[in-house]
Amino acid sequence: MNDLAAAVEIPLTEVEENPKIKVSDLHFYYAGFHALKGISMDIPEKKVTAIIGPSGCGKSTLLRVFNRIYSIYPKLEARGQIILDGENVLDPAYSLNRLRSKVGMVFQKPVPFPMTIFENVAYGIRHHEKLSRADMEVRVEKALRDAALWDEVKDKLKQNALGLSGGQQQRLCIARAIALRPEVLLLDEPTSALDPIATSRIEQLVEELKSQFTIVIVTHNMQQAARCSDRTAFMYMGELIEFDGTEKIFTKPSKKQTEDYITGRFG
Amino acid sequence: MSTQGIYLRRRIVNVTALLLGGCATVLGLLFLVWILWVTISNGIGALHLSLFTKITAYADEGGLSNAIVGSLIMDLMALLICAPIGVMAGTYLAEYGRNSKLGALIRFLNDILLSAPSIVMGLFVYVIIVLPISNMTHGHISFSGFAGSVALALIGLPVIVRTTDEMLQLVPGTLREAALSLGVPQWKLTVQVLVRAAASGIITGVLLALARLAGETAPLLFTAFGNNFMTVHPLDKMASLPVAIYQYTNDPSPALHSIAWAGALLITLFVLALSLLTRLLFSRKKVSYE
Repeated sequence: MNDLAAAVEIPLTEVEENPKIKVSDLHFYYAGFHALKGISMDIPEKKVTAIIGPSGCGKSTLLRVFNRIYSIYPKLEARGQIILDGENVLDPAYSLNRLRSKVGMVFQKPVPFPMTIFENVAYGIRHHEKLSRADMEVRVEKALRDAALWDEVKDKLKQNALGLSGGQQQRLCIARAIALRPEVLLLDEPTSALDPIATSRIEQLVEELKSQFTIVIVTHNMQQAARCSDRTAFMYMGELIEFDGTEKIFTKPSKKQTEDYITGRFG
Repeated sequence: MSTQGIYLRRRIVNVTALLLGGCATVLGLLFLVWILWVTISNGIGALHLSLFTKITAYADEGGLSNAIVGSLIMDLMALLICAPIGVMAGTYLAEYGRNSKLGALIRFLNDILLSAPSIVMGLFVYVIIVLPISNMTHGHISFSGFAGSVALALIGLPVIVRTTDEMLQLVPGTLREAALSLGVPQWKLTVQVLVRAAASGIITGVLLALARLAGETAPLLFTAFGNNFMTVHPLDKMASLPVAIYQYTNDPSPALHSIAWAGALLITLFVLALSLLTRLLFSRKKVSYE
């Protein structure tokens, strides 16, 4: 109901948005293969930006450039600029430690660490900050509450995280990421390994989290993009075809390719 | 061919394959059971308490106490030498040298070490440890339990390197990405997350190495040599179960033969217990990351 009202009153495309991340002329190469071909886009602050497109279009690649996680593999190369708060994160001088404390990531498959539930959340915090035991407990509880997991795990914080269900594990991974208080949260197909109920919980969570974080979500599920994002980017063959308000992309896209994709004619 | 014909043919092929596979399994197991049966039936009768109280002797009244103590000391020392080196080398291979040429070379050399004849290890340690020490001390110290441990460690080392490498490679890559995306550096990720995720597999490798080196005779012949007296000093000649078995079986006395059988049974039970322990550890692991 709220969504609908918001959409009617102020069309999202016209909202004055503060860009958190400015991507300009970004190219990406996998050992010579040109995977991203000059992407430029502004990602608005404290909004949900969805990236959709058929398999292999480069949407996950784009996401993985934002926190430079691609750099752990050999022969991958990014060229161009990604300006986060006025600084180019692709500059080798930009510290990875700093980048990753500002940009959190959640992956396709839930991958809790082989530790207790508490330790899973505390692990990342401990690397960046020295907290007293009491402060740490407060931080962990806050992260688990924000990830809508606290009520389910508060009595078993000392148990191994691998005993949780898939949906709970994924929310734990979200808690782990937001416990570092990042500014940007990258979600790489976070629900593709989950059942519909767990999926809707994560989507609800994304809605709640956008007041605190700038969220970028890659999804192959168009309904998901339509349900939980403010802006949607459609990518195809390494190019950004269209980037606009989600309402507009799904009701009257301006490009033929976008229309073909969202109506299921290809992809 | 008619549908009936196809189904009939498939059923015949299926039954034939099942029969052949079944026969091969039975044949393989037959020898294992046979070996176990011969060891147990010959060894159980000689399994007296005196084995654990008397030392080895070339008389009918011999025991195995010094050999058991010597084996335990040397196996443990060997494990203390090869486990840390093996786990660290395996970690290097899996986490830092996975796709490098150096990594591939080390893996290849490790596989050669894995299949090297164990007597060669004994000769090698004889030349690099026993002889130099003997020359330096003018023969006061020559063969020693320490030298035996080093030879045994060379047997266990490649087993541990290989299993650690393989177990770490089984840890999903997304776990690495997840930890790195939190800003955690590679060494912390390796020590605190990956090794923990692969812990039961790595421990399994260490136990397998122990089982492997506990039964070795050849590496000890030129290194620990053997001793008919009780000693716990690592620089003395040291007795061990496999060497004691070898010496007892070379004696004409049937009483000593049955002590040798009892010793063989003890080693077999030890290795069997280790295998059961590793299975137990590994089956517990199955709940994670499937």
